[in-house]
Amino acid sequence: MKEAATETESRQVVEVNEGILSKNDVFAARNRSLFNATGLLVLNVLSSPGSGKTAFIERTLTDLRGRLRGAVIVGDLATDNDAKRIARSGAPAVQITTGDMCHLEAEMVGKAAGQLNLDDLDVLIIENVGNLVCPSGYDLGENLRVVLLAATEGEDKPLKYPVMFKTADVVIVNKMDIAEAAGFDRATALDNIRRIAPQAVIFEVSARTGQGMQQWYDWLEQRRAQM
Amino acid sequence: MIEAVAIQNPKSKIDMHEVSVMQSALEIALEHMRRQNAARIHRIHMRVGALSSVVPEALEFAFDVVTHGTPAEGATLEIERVPAVCRCPACQIEFEPDGYFYECPQCGSLNVEIRRGRELELAFLEVS
Ligand SMILES: Nc1nc2c(ncn2[C@@H]2O[C@H](COP(=O)(O)OP(=O)(O)O)[C@@H](O)[C@H]2O)c(=O)[nH]1
Ligand SMILES: [Mg+2]
Ligand SMILES: [Zn+2]
Repeated sequence: MKEAATETESRQVVEVNEGILSKNDVFAARNRSLFNATGLLVLNVLSSPGSGKTAFIERTLTDLRGRLRGAVIVGDLATDNDAKRIARSGAPAVQITTGDMCHLEAEMVGKAAGQLNLDDLDVLIIENVGNLVCPSGYDLGENLRVVLLAATEGEDKPLKYPVMFKTADVVIVNKMDIAEAAGFDRATALDNIRRIAPQAVIFEVSARTGQGMQQWYDWLEQRRAQM
Repeated sequence: MIEAVAIQNPKSKIDMHEVSVMQSALEIALEHMRRQNAARIHRIHMRVGALSSVVPEALEFAFDVVTHGTPAEGATLEIERVPAVCRCPACQIEFEPDGYFYECPQCGSLNVEIRRGRELELAFLEVS
């Protein structure tokens, strides 16, 4: 009895008020200053699995060869071959094997970036894990968040993942080559994106046929020139 | 205790995301406990925003998993939910958005700032 009372009395409240992801924020800030020092433009590419992140990155780096020097850090499940696919574009690709991780963290990206010669690059593209929920709170040190959705995923996709879309600087609507066949309601989709993410620039593209990609390249080169 | 939560959670599989978030929270908590020269954590109070992409129920379940065998085992987890709050710079008013679109209720503008709701914080602990 007496002991229990003493224990209760010795309890004390400790104010912490610390962000739980603050450790990630520290690594992200470190990445950002490293990237900024070399004038690198860094993209964090996010989507559900299968929306076409790898295809989009592959095509971008292939088409911009000779104009922008790019490299890729890709969060790969052990079963994926994304790094190999990207390497076909001629750009260096570093793989982070994520296992059952549902998001990339800044510390992993920092380590992967250490394997690249950043001075020789204009653009670094990070392909995040296919997930529109978990990665949203993890800053990687990027300049731009590029959120993809495929026309086949339907026009209400942004409504299902509003938090992620609200953090987007760029929204890519991919697979426009099969939009019509998929019964994609383009007007409603664009309206949903604009209202959820009024801050974002929108590009409608096909990473397969290349349609709409030129506008994206022009915009990207302009952003890079501003660095 | 764990079984009861498992019944509420038909997925039966624990959420890896919330486990990793809870693991980070526990590391911060243990660090603060040590700084106080304390040996046990009795209570952990967290603030979880509506826009934090973390499910409070999954956090509670993850809490039992990650605290097992640590000085925080058996501690009470309190989760304070923080709603989203926006501000319209034109009208200079704050409002809680309802629905997907964050529209100023006064002028209809979508050009609003998110002021609260992204919180994922360890607020305070009770230790001895
Ligand atoms: N029709 C069509 N298919 C595409 C397009 N982009 C990607 N795909 C296909 O969609 C599938 C998933 O693409 P992938 O790049 O691996 O998606 P990720 O999981 O987001 O990296 C692959 O079979 C791609 O060939 C596109 O623009 N049009
Ligand atoms: Mg991929
Ligand atoms: Zn207003």
